[in-house]
Amino acid sequence: MSVPHAKLPAWAEYGLIPLVNLAVAFLISGLVVLIVGESPLEAAYHMINGAFGRGEYIGFTLYYTTTFIFTGLAVAVAFHCGLFNIGGEGQAYIGGIGVALACLSFDRVLPWYLLFPIAVIGAAFFGALWAMIPGWLQAKRGSHIVITTIMFNFIAASLMNYLLNRVFKPLGSMSLETRTFETGGQLPKLDWLMSIFGLSVGNAPFNISFLLALLAAFGVWVLIWRTKLGYEMRTMGHSPAAARYAGIKEAKIIVITMMISGALAGMMALNPIMGEQFRMQLDFVQGAGFVGIAVALIGRSHPAGIIPAALLFGMLYQGGAEISFEMPSISRDMIVIIQGLVILFAGALEHMFRPAITRIIFGLSPKGRQAAATKGA
Amino acid sequence: MSELAIELKGIDKSFGLVHANRNINLKVRKGTIHGIIGENGAGKSTLMSILYGFYQADHGDIVIDGKTIKIRDPNAAIAAGIGMVHQHFMLVENFTVLENIMLGAEESQILNASITKARAELKRLEKDYALEVDPDAVIEELPVGLQQRVEILKALYRRADILILDEPTGVLTPAEADHLFRILEQLKAEGKTVLLITHKLREIMAITDEVSVMRRGEMVATRTTKDTSVEELAELMVGRRVLLRVEKGEAKPADVKLSVKNLTVRDSRGVTMVDDVSFDIRAGEIVGIAGVAGNGQSELLEAISGIRRAKSGTVSLNGSAIDVTGHVDPAELRKRGLAHVPEDRHHVGLVLKFEESENAILGYHDDPKYRKGLLLDVDAIRADAEEKIAAYDIRPPNPRLKTANFSGGNQQKIVLAREMERGPDVLIIGQPTRGVDVGAIEFIHKRIIEMRDQGKAVLLVSVELDEIRALSDRILVMFAGRVVGERMPDATEGELGLLMAGVEGRKEAAE
Repeated sequence: MSVPHAKLPAWAEYGLIPLVNLAVAFLISGLVVLIVGESPLEAAYHMINGAFGRGEYIGFTLYYTTTFIFTGLAVAVAFHCGLFNIGGEGQAYIGGIGVALACLSFDRVLPWYLLFPIAVIGAAFFGALWAMIPGWLQAKRGSHIVITTIMFNFIAASLMNYLLNRVFKPLGSMSLETRTFETGGQLPKLDWLMSIFGLSVGNAPFNISFLLALLAAFGVWVLIWRTKLGYEMRTMGHSPAAARYAGIKEAKIIVITMMISGALAGMMALNPIMGEQFRMQLDFVQGAGFVGIAVALIGRSHPAGIIPAALLFGMLYQGGAEISFEMPSISRDMIVIIQGLVILFAGALEHMFRPAITRIIFGLSPKGRQAAATKGA
Repeated sequence: MSELAIELKGIDKSFGLVHANRNINLKVRKGTIHGIIGENGAGKSTLMSILYGFYQADHGDIVIDGKTIKIRDPNAAIAAGIGMVHQHFMLVENFTVLENIMLGAEESQILNASITKARAELKRLEKDYALEVDPDAVIEELPVGLQQRVEILKALYRRADILILDEPTGVLTPAEADHLFRILEQLKAEGKTVLLITHKLREIMAITDEVSVMRRGEMVATRTTKDTSVEELAELMVGRRVLLRVEKGEAKPADVKLSVKNLTVRDSRGVTMVDDVSFDIRAGEIVGIAGVAGNGQSELLEAISGIRRAKSGTVSLNGSAIDVTGHVDPAELRKRGLAHVPEDRHHVGLVLKFEESENAILGYHDDPKYRKGLLLDVDAIRADAEEKIAAYDIRPPNPRLKTANFSGGNQQKIVLAREMERGPDVLIIGQPTRGVDVGAIEFIHKRIIEMRDQGKAVLLVSVELDEIRALSDRILVMFAGRVVGERMPDATEGELGLLMAGVEGRKEAAE
């Protein structure tokens, strides 16, 4: 017979527990900094200041946040259907083809506001295409999506290497990148948004795709909780047997879910290509697809959680860069350790402090405490 | 020496805000069979878990054989002479009987000496208690009845004087259950004390000396079995009078609504689970399929409802064929008037993590009335759920509550409300009252009869023979994938039991 389990109030579930997890992650990161022989307080200062200290820094933080919202949403959508899409990296990379094709074709004739929608469609289309193949293999052939999406990351990398070398690279150029886009292929910065708060965006590439990311987050919420497709995806995700019973077409839902996931990952390409570099470069994704997994985990696959989680990683990226700049003995790799600790505590070990917090909140007796521990085992 | 094997004094246990056991007092006399009954969630399992050391009580004392002891873990319980046979066996499937019995009771790193000793001890136990089982047989090759015997031997090998059995007959045929009861009598004769937890009142009446009734975490009464009655016990369990016999009039069978011909179904390993089964069900009748779990009933239901592809045969619904050997869309079958209450409501019939209202549309979510433009009309869905909650008295009446937080009986009502309220022509129901409390059983049985009286064709599969006999107008018995006999509901339990065990059926099939 089932054992009744104590449910935490929402403020503890969604507020206290994530905060405690983060605090522990930062505490241990501090210890690591201490071992290297630097001051954790100074590192913390550079981290916070580097991420939020000036308008320009905030702009950079939000630029990274934009990227992570897209890849986080991509992973989350697939999660809801019980699919672990770790191919966001490759899908974002291939999504770049759509952006590049749109920009290279129309940047001289169309203004940015007409080109942007075309680029969005292109990015989504190519991303979806790249995710559709593993989705189809899973649905029809039972090839495990984790394995195939990993392999597709490598295939994407090789393919892009080839394309940048043989197709996109302008004649006579030595570097693996497309030509720089004209003004039609350059997204405007959100300096007006920053100036509302009396800040200046400076050199930061904080651009309009941030708004698209917020829109996508809202769209994902509507999709998952307010559409028939989302209902069917969630049914599949929680119980494939119930989905079959309900007459939900498993193969179709898997392929569609993967395409939506891939489209979201692909749209990430807009941010660096049209928003920052104004050209497509080799390796422009830079691991954002993998960060998306952590963002989705920490954000509990809910858009309202993914946005703050993406902001957290935006801060770690921007603030972390600042630390390694200001404190030379802390290398880039150290920053990766800190990010790893955040993923470990907020993602993988998210339940570690739950029993203790439950006990404190419910104020159980010592005997009850023992019971709570046995129950969890 | 004490007169009492077990005495519990003021046992109290809470999980968070849930008070699972409230000031429980219990006296179990030595050398008796003591029954504990109660609805699901009454706190029987929690109490037994406290006695066996899985949980510790918040307050209260446990007195075993006159000594107050603390039972911190199952090892302490074993040391105190308590053995437990769990509802779901705790056996290593690919170990032999002997290995399972020794497991955790080995005396050294080198096993040879222990094996010799265990073998001798096992022989003695077998002789003393008539518990024959081949010590070298591998567990997964033994039928469940024998696996259960191994569990009992395990407890006896650890010198248990007190044996706790948790719902032991759920997986047994009537004959196997009878055999188990003879074993328990034997144990009692040898001076052991047996604590039997069950929700089957008939078993309590047949075998126990005393019976204690639990309700909502409290011990409400203890009776001497021969001085009480099934009616009194049921009333004590539920807290009000319960109708145990289902009132039902004559069936008025009309046209054939569901016709199954030569249906053969194989499972994923290619084993034939349903073997050349044929039957018809008419409007206005309930056809029950009796059989021990695992004899093809599940696969039969799945094939008819379009979840599993059949190997061969035909099924027709309302006179038109269903392509059971090809691709069947369960959603399409629903539109054609077939409703299906699946056997496994936790994994198939419901999505436990969904809100109640989301489960109330599962399978019918395509209906335009739940949609507003491109989006789901959440208000309409919740209003619809609220209507069903009222009509089926689902508690708590909250369509936004997570389904996992409803009791078994209420979860089953969610499924029934969804499947019955559409007014299907054919209703197929698997295990309608598995894990459902007595009060809800009465309600569910009434609804099933109502469906029949409204002229629906009902196919009922249940491992509870009493349920089959109470509800069905005709009974088909399945054994090893075949229908081995058809009987009327007035057939004796013994007759049906022999069919279910495949004894009669083989003869009949040969004739």
